[in-house]
Parts: sequence; structure tokens; C-alpha cells
Amino acid sequence: MKLEDLAEQCGEWLRGSGPESDIVISSRIRLARNLAEYPFVRKCTDQDRAQIERTLRERINTVSEWSALTYLDVDALEEVDRQFLVERQLISREHSESQGARGVAIDPSEKFSMMINEEDHLRVQVMHSGLDLESAWEQVNHIDDLIEARVTYAFNQRWGYLTACPTNVGTGMRVSVMLHLPALVITRQIEKVLRSLPKISLAVRGLYGEGSQAMGDFYQISNQVTLGRTEQELISQISDVIPVLIDYERRARDFLVQESERDLHDRVSRAYGILCTAQTISSEETMHLLSSVRMGINLGLIQDLGITTINKLFIHTQPAHLQKLRGVELGTADRNIERANYLQVHLRKQENGQDPEKN
Amino acid sequence: MKCQHCEKPATFHITELTGDTPVELHFCEEHARLYLTQAQEPEEVAPSLAGVLAQQLKVGQTAEDLAQLDQRACPVCGLTFYEFRHVGRLGCPHDYVCFAEELEPLIVNIHGATKHVGKSPHHGARGTDHQTRLIQLRREMKEAVEREDYEKASAIRDEIRELENRHDKDKDEDEDEG
Repeated sequence: MKLEDLAEQCGEWLRGSGPESDIVISSRIRLARNLAEYPFVRKCTDQDRAQIERTLRERINTVSEWSALTYLDVDALEEVDRQFLVERQLISREHSESQGARGVAIDPSEKFSMMINEEDHLRVQVMHSGLDLESAWEQVNHIDDLIEARVTYAFNQRWGYLTACPTNVGTGMRVSVMLHLPALVITRQIEKVLRSLPKISLAVRGLYGEGSQAMGDFYQISNQVTLGRTEQELISQISDVIPVLIDYERRARDFLVQESERDLHDRVSRAYGILCTAQTISSEETMHLLSSVRMGINLGLIQDLGITTINKLFIHTQPAHLQKLRGVELGTADRNIERANYLQVHLRKQENGQDPEKN
Repeated sequence: MKCQHCEKPATFHITELTGDTPVELHFCEEHARLYLTQAQEPEEVAPSLAGVLAQQLKVGQTAEDLAQLDQRACPVCGLTFYEFRHVGRLGCPHDYVCFAEELEPLIVNIHGATKHVGKSPHHGARGTDHQTRLIQLRREMKEAVEREDYEKASAIRDEIRELENRHDKDKDEDEDEG
């Protein structure tokens, strides 16, 4: 499977088909593991890293149920390809931008990926559409078991799974849920809601992981604590809170519909209009407008566009995706034009009743 | 509660005890990092949360104590505590053993706990001293080569081979039994 093939298809979490998927985009669980017989990545020699990469790749290859996985040597990829994987959430930004021998194994349906030599030797992540933590846990736990039978993990009884950064030690598990909260943003309740989360040791980040703005009203909630609780407890901690947040967002949306449907409809329609007709448009503006349109679809104010299409547009209008789909490298100005073209084509198709979605 | 410097939620609550009375400060992650990082070390790569806290936690009583602690290095990977404090990443699994005492307050600060209660690996939980020794031997061999002490390097390489073979044999026996 080549990267170009990935570009065309609809990744698992883009489907918008999981539970509560009007508000919950995806559920993600990540496990951090290290091999016992090597230093952590930062203190590795080049030779160590090469050996770790080879060992893990070979052992992963011996698992029969993973025969269809695609393995990529991230170090050998072009920047645009690495960026493409980041946009698709298959690797982290750190993995893309660091140096040295490193790779990633990707599931064809994009439900999971395994990064080798990121901050730790092995980072396995599972991503499901919608609110689906229990089954994501089952899957990632199973993957962990399969690998663990073939290597020796760095582990001790007191501190659990040993990781390069003490913030991950113990279970090595990061549970995250990505939410779309445009109504809470419009009604200015978002700050208050998010502020309450650190009190129960949950962290909030903007779209696309560490340290970014909350672009497009997407927020990622994850656990801060990884030690001293079981994996189930950490999952429950988040899955108890998410329904509360969903409820707040739904109420805020109801409120907007009741109190100011006309304004809301206007906002959403204008967003749709700009996206359909702009000649050049930045990715920031696109995110912002797509967010309004997405809410509009959820609330039934926009009829002729599906959730899957919108989810896809979020991804396909990102810089690397645009270039991969077009098959050529583009500078910023050209990308802004290409983005506008792409939006017009895909939104107008919907209007004319043609459905570009074959999946 | 909001960060003192911006509109983001405060996730760091720091009590400064350097003055006459304790002062409570509240920051978001970004401003906490700015507040706690005094000087930019040339080696520094985006200090992580752990590094920043490690810098601030007064692990030793005095500056001399801290200086002495900073010199301590892990025998297996060579990481010094100073390095850890500034980069926020550990060097090898053995660091959790040799710096256990110093890491404990930091880990309590982050997780509110010091004992793992979650999943354990089915195999290999019997201890990984053997693997730790391998890490140390490889490092010693590399240093011997750098010193051009090829005789020593050769001896270490033999020891490594022997350990690896013995381990494979043990593993095979394990599998036969298991």
C-alpha cells in the first residue's frame, strides 16, 4: 500500500460513524513501551537505534494477523510524506521532525499504527471513530500482548513500564478523546468547561496534539496521570466525563437553535457559501468555516452535505494532503488556491446531487 | 482558575517558599515553563514538563548538595542527574533504580502515586538485570574503542556474546517449560 492510496481512502476515524460522532470525532489509546536491553532513545547510539528498529520490525513481521500491515521507514520519507502521516494522525509531529533511524507500521484500515523510535522505542496507538474507548482498549491491549510475547519490555514491579519521560511511567498509557465543541465556543462557555478538567487530572489540547491552538473548535481531552491507577480506571476516568461534556455541547447547540436560529443559520450558511466560492483560502480559515458547517449539518441546517464529506475535507485541505492528492509540491500561495479549488469541486458536487463518496 | 499571565486554565500551582511568606502562583503549562526555566542551556531541547519540575524541585538542601547530585551518573548509560534536570528525559531503564530516591518526589508530583498497579508483562517480569548489564557493556565497549583500547573492547564484545547466547538459551528453556 502506498501513501497515495492512503490519501484517497477514508481513514477509520474520519468515517464519523462511531457512537456520539456528531460531537466525538475519535477515541485514541496509546501505549509507550521500551526494550529492556537498550538505553532510551535519546541516549542511544546510531547503531542502537538501527538495531532497535530492525528488531521490532522483524518481530512485528512474525505476527500472522499483521501480514497486511504497511511498514514505512520514516527517516527515508520526504518531508511532505511525513507531514501527510502527521495530518492523518498516524505518526506524531515529534516522530516526523526528529532525526535518526525510526519507522512506523500502519494498519490498512488505519485503526492502529506502531511508531518505532519516537520518544520511546515503541508507541502503539489505536484510533476509533466516535466514543469507543472500551473496544479501543481491547485492541491495543491485544496488540501489546502480541508484541510482548516476542520481546522483553523494560519493566519493574515498582514503577511499571519504564519510559523515557517520567510523565508516562507506569501504564505508559495515554487515553484521548477528540471532541468538536463549536456551540460551547460560540456561547463563550468553553473556558469555564475546560478549566474544570485539570481538577480531575485531565489535560486539554487543541487539534493535532501538543501545544497547538484549538483550531476548528476541536479539543482533545486526555489523562495526565499514568501511574497508580489501573488501565481500566484511567479509561473510566475519561469515559465518565465525556458524556457530561457532550451534554453541555448539545445543550449549547439547543440553546443556539432556540434563541437565535436565524443568526445561527446565517452563520452556517455564510461559512458554506465562502467555502463554495472562495478563489483562495488559508487552512486556518478553512478549519474555522468547516467547523461551522459541520455543526450546521449536525443541526439539520445544511441538508445536502454529509458528515463523512466534511470530515474528509478537514483532512484533505491540510497542506500535505493537498499536495499528495494533486501529485505535486506546492508553495503556500499555490496551496491556498488549490485548497479553494478542491473545496469548490467537492462541495459543488454535493450540491448537484453527485456523490463523490464511494466508501 | 486562570493562569496569572493569560486566559488559559491554570494547570500548574506553585508555592514559592523563597520569601518570608509562602506565595501561591498559578500558571498554564506555557507560562509555568517560562517561569521555571531560568537560563536557556545550549543543549536544551524543548524542556518537557518533567524536566522543568525537576529543575525547580529542590532535591538537595543546599546548592552544594544539588551540585553533588548533579554529578551523579548512572553506571549503565552515563546519564548525569544534571542532564536529566535540563532535558527532562531519562537515559535508560536503570535510571529508575539508581535515581529512585530523587525521582520519587517528582513522580508523586506528576501522578500522585508511586506504585504501579496496572498491567504487567506475562514474560520477563522476573527481572531485567541481564538486559541492563548488556546496555552497560555496550557502552563500555564503545568507550574502549574510542580510547583505542581494542583488547579491552574485544574482551567486552566476547562477554556480550556470551550473555546474549546464555539469554537465548534461558528463553528457549522458558518456552519449553511454559
